[in-house]
Amino acid sequence: MISGRIHSFQSLGALDGPGLRYTVFFQGCCLRCKCCHNPDTWDLDGGTVYTAQEVVNRAVRYREYFGAKGGITLSGGEPLLQAEFAREIFSLCKQEGINTCLDTSGCVLNGEVKELLRVTDRVLLDFKYASDELYREFVGCGKKAVLEFLAHLDSQCVPTVLRQVIIPGLNDGREGMEYLKELANANKCVEKIELLPFKKLCQTKYDSLGLRFPLADVEEPSADTMSFLNGILDE
Amino acid sequence: MIKTYLPYLKGVLEMTHINWNGFNPGPWQDEINVRDFIQRNYTEFKGEGNFLASPTKRTLDLMKEVNRLLALEREKGGVLDIDTETVSSLTSYATGYIDKEKEIIVGLQTDSPLKRGVNPFGGIRMARQACNAYGYKLSDNVEKEFLYRTTHNDGVFRVYTEEMKRARKSHVITGLPDAYGRGRLIGDYRRVALYGVDRLIAEKEGDKAALEGKDFNIDTTRRCEELYRQILFLGLMKEMAKMYGFDISQPASNAREAIQWTYFAYLAAIKEQNGAAMSLGRVSTFFDIYIERDMKNGVLTEEQAQELMDDFVIKLRLARHLRTPEYNELFGGDPMWITEAVGGMGEDGRTLVSKNSFRMLNTLYTLGSAPEPNLTVLWSVNLPEGFKKFCAKVSVETDSVQYENDDLMRPRYGDDYAIACCVSAMKVGKQMQFFGARCNLAKLLLIAINGGYDTSSKMSIGPQMPVMDCEKLDYDALSERFDLYIQWMSKLYVNTMNAIHYMHDKYAYEKTQMALHDTDAERFMAFGVAGLSVVADSLSTVKYAHVRPVKDESGYVVGFETVGDFPKFGNDDDRVDLLAKELCHKVITELRKTPTYRNAIHTLSVLTITSNVMYGKNTGATPDGREAGHPFAPGANPMHNREENGALASLNSVAKLSYDDCRDGISNTFSITPEALGRTEGERIENLVSVLDGYFAKMAHHINVNVLNRETLLKAYENPESYPNLTIRVSGYAVNFHKLSKEQQREVISRTFHQAL
Repeated sequence: MISGRIHSFQSLGALDGPGLRYTVFFQGCCLRCKCCHNPDTWDLDGGTVYTAQEVVNRAVRYREYFGAKGGITLSGGEPLLQAEFAREIFSLCKQEGINTCLDTSGCVLNGEVKELLRVTDRVLLDFKYASDELYREFVGCGKKAVLEFLAHLDSQCVPTVLRQVIIPGLNDGREGMEYLKELANANKCVEKIELLPFKKLCQTKYDSLGLRFPLADVEEPSADTMSFLNGILDE
Repeated sequence: MIKTYLPYLKGVLEMTHINWNGFNPGPWQDEINVRDFIQRNYTEFKGEGNFLASPTKRTLDLMKEVNRLLALEREKGGVLDIDTETVSSLTSYATGYIDKEKEIIVGLQTDSPLKRGVNPFGGIRMARQACNAYGYKLSDNVEKEFLYRTTHNDGVFRVYTEEMKRARKSHVITGLPDAYGRGRLIGDYRRVALYGVDRLIAEKEGDKAALEGKDFNIDTTRRCEELYRQILFLGLMKEMAKMYGFDISQPASNAREAIQWTYFAYLAAIKEQNGAAMSLGRVSTFFDIYIERDMKNGVLTEEQAQELMDDFVIKLRLARHLRTPEYNELFGGDPMWITEAVGGMGEDGRTLVSKNSFRMLNTLYTLGSAPEPNLTVLWSVNLPEGFKKFCAKVSVETDSVQYENDDLMRPRYGDDYAIACCVSAMKVGKQMQFFGARCNLAKLLLIAINGGYDTSSKMSIGPQMPVMDCEKLDYDALSERFDLYIQWMSKLYVNTMNAIHYMHDKYAYEKTQMALHDTDAERFMAFGVAGLSVVADSLSTVKYAHVRPVKDESGYVVGFETVGDFPKFGNDDDRVDLLAKELCHKVITELRKTPTYRNAIHTLSVLTITSNVMYGKNTGATPDGREAGHPFAPGANPMHNREENGALASLNSVAKLSYDDCRDGISNTFSITPEALGRTEGERIENLVSVLDGYFAKMAHHINVNVLNRETLLKAYENPESYPNLTIRVSGYAVNFHKLSKEQQREVISRTFHQAL
């Protein structure tokens, strides 16, 4: 049985895809997004090893709460780094009739990832910035990889939610929103765009890891900013 | 059905009545059978709440006066006024009104709103202390009257054994109803509206007459006297209503009368009794039948229907009993537990949700949110979607609703049961309960470890044996010893309860409420446990980690050093969850071994209301790492801050406790910040519905839902005046946050908030 590294489980995921979701946080990520709120999931050798079956056994215990829309969500960390493990989890979930959702940065696209996407009901694609420069400086990879990932989702007709964390001064302008709209129009797989306000609740995690939170001095966006940006999307 | 005692019913008992015109006939006409009347006449409603009306100007004006009085009550330290001259009873006070011109449902406990009466039948000392605590003095008249009268409290202390007294004093068995009314009875107040008092009296006369020729042993003689007293008080109820200008001898002829008659019956009960919980039952859909009939006849509009419900609920919100501050500290706030069960499904598959179920919940909007009446939704997976969403919306916006599993209770109690207090189910008018507080299991575990010594009260109690002396507590040895103490406690607990309820029947019998029960009502005896999660985690520590007892200079264990990790209740981990489940099973099994007074059926609850703070205060450090004096988790809740897998894992753990072991209820309080439940109001409502559907599909019993911010609570803690109406749900009931002691408020805040990052 394939196994992989898990950071933690959240049995009540109300913010990670439609309905109530059993959210599994994968351990390990190669990106170093400056706004990352889970720095404790970066270490590729951390976490606890579980088999895919063990993960699904846990998720099944929450089936009664899923209703018509809910299911399992793999988040992280970056699930694509353990794509085979993730695919096995989703395959087993499919056999159980559990809806599958993948929360990812979309920075990897290889054969294993493509196999994973065949058993993925929905992708939450974290599309971070409109420009390649910002991507390189604040994420650590180029934007091109993510665009390719999106194109693949579109070609396979995988329902996709484009998500963006709004960070004042970086991506809280009109251009960024227009760009997201263009992406959504160009890719029929995109069913909606979700803007998430940047939060600093993760400061304590950085402190306990002895790391500096790069965006410690950035303000959280105001409710007004969020509704202004959402307004642009609705135009 | 023709009864053999028909001569006694002559002239009174005609099997039809003009006030029943328009109702579908059935067996309910021939016998007292409110359920049958409901089933044959109610209209199920599967729509949404958009038909509801806003409050009228009359209602808003009246509420303004009510809010003024409530503010005044708050200012005066919680009690507005006390009538120290009069002993509370059905006709002992003159009529009282908030604003006579504006009221459409009338009747107050005393002659003035929020003025409390004294009720010394449970115990004169409690009444005296309560008066003193608020700057009053119980009048010489009342003192003199009770100088020569035996109260329930007197009776109990005449027979308590030394061991019972020690158990009480050490708080291992605690909160016993030996100095106040036991409560937990629900009169079928609807009977007064449906049948009129004369018919009820005739039926009781018939039951009494049926004793003719029987052997007059203790049971028959007691039954005969009880019927005499029930009939007497039904007469007093008529007199009380007459003082307000109503003749309730005949059935109610319209919706207003149905609500008024029912309220008079409830009012009579709370004038007579100051029980710990004086629950209402299940009246909403019953009233709906009258409302529908009036609407069909064109004499009632939606606005007027809401107005009737609003006025009824205003009266319920003004109900008060005079308690000592210590009592309030134990129970949290100033509760009456006027529990009303709303919704549920019928045995035939139709929903019992009616338009009036919505109107009842709508009072939280028309009158603003409040803890009373204690609105309890009987949840079924099959409830209409519109009602489910409306309930979830009310929860998200007011935090004033609790939920209980109709799919779990209906097979056991049928479809006309209600909830007494927080979680105690019973068939309305057909079952009642002898309430019995609870045993502090965590303290019992420590007493077992110390071989029969309680380090908190510094008392020897229970079987005497050596203190467990070892470097590492052994799980099997501890279990074996704990079992011994559970056996000892269970026998003592049942016998103590037997003494209490014998005396309550003798000296503080509930005449009014029992008159509204079948004469052959079934009885439960409800035991309880506190500290379940503390003990489960403690046993788990001993089983899975290395626990070394730490002793004081006298050689008693007062602390524990733990090395290693252990499974904790609340993480959906069978290794510890099943320890909790087995413990409940063990306790109820032991309790059942000792016979009960009046052959009551033994039941068990896992419910602590806010008294988890008090229980914790009286309990030393426990092996799970809880420090001496620190609060327990309330009810069946996992201990604070021990969850690692989120809120649903915690719900799953509690859902594993068996309802058949804990037939008196398993209470769970669930607090979540709005943000963790969804991004939009629509998502939050939908997700809350999913939480409830899922939890109850797991055959869990009860859940309180609080959707609020920690920040809001912190602000309310610091500036109580700014949040006079902040209602939160604690274990089993809702309470005004400001009515909790500061200590209880801190405990509520520290209790786990389910918050997603």
